[in-house]
Amino acid sequence: MTTDYVTFGLELATAVFMLVGALFMLLAGLGALRMPDLLMRMHATTKAGALGSGVIMVAVAIHFGEAGVTTRAVAITLFIMLTSPVAAHVIARAGYFTGTPMWSRIVRDELKGKYDRDNHTLDTPPRYKLKATADESTAPAPDAPSESQPEKQKPDDSTP
Amino acid sequence: MIDIVLWISLAIMCIALVVTFIRLVLGPTLPDRVVMLELMALLSVAFIGLYSIKSGHSAFLDVALVLALTAFLAAIGFARYLEKGGLHDDD
Repeated sequence: MTTDYVTFGLELATAVFMLVGALFMLLAGLGALRMPDLLMRMHATTKAGALGSGVIMVAVAIHFGEAGVTTRAVAITLFIMLTSPVAAHVIARAGYFTGTPMWSRIVRDELKGKYDRDNHTLDTPPRYKLKATADESTAPAPDAPSESQPEKQKPDDSTP
Repeated sequence: MIDIVLWISLAIMCIALVVTFIRLVLGPTLPDRVVMLELMALLSVAFIGLYSIKSGHSAFLDVALVLALTAFLAAIGFARYLEKGGLHDDD
């Protein structure tokens, strides 16, 4: 009698996780369709898509209930959660560099004019530049970004 | 019970796939289309999970893992092509 309850509970958990995952994937698709901007579309698709597929993998692990299947489901979920932000960051960076138009009602673009478009590095912020040129010996903290700046530029100078 | 919920989930995922495909066709720029392709790969991974529940074969999960890996590599390659490759005006 108790095994019936356990089986029913596992089936119920599988059904709930499947439905929630499918709804999250639908949410990702709707956000992709309705959002006005590349970055907002990525904001919708990346997080909701990764969460939805992870929840469906949880449903798979509960449904089969074996060690091998659970290991594979956890591996898929971990892999998606590791690679999805990386891919989103790289695509967003490429979209920003290629000049993808932003939403017309966007308020502020913090990166505007701060990227060096030739070698694709950030310029040094002005507060570090001022302190570094004023006194370099007594300011160890501002030295770190001014040292890291030519290191970043080295491989970009060598590539062409 | 689980069969009904499985069919409902598959129908919802089909709607999500159609909506993603609409944005893939409409998408004004190339990065939009790359993002939509990545979302379609995620949808395929979820589809494979649902289908492995439906069919009872757990061997499909390996396909899902390889598909996720391929989608990640494709996204990285597309982004590199967008940012550094392609046509240059280096003069």
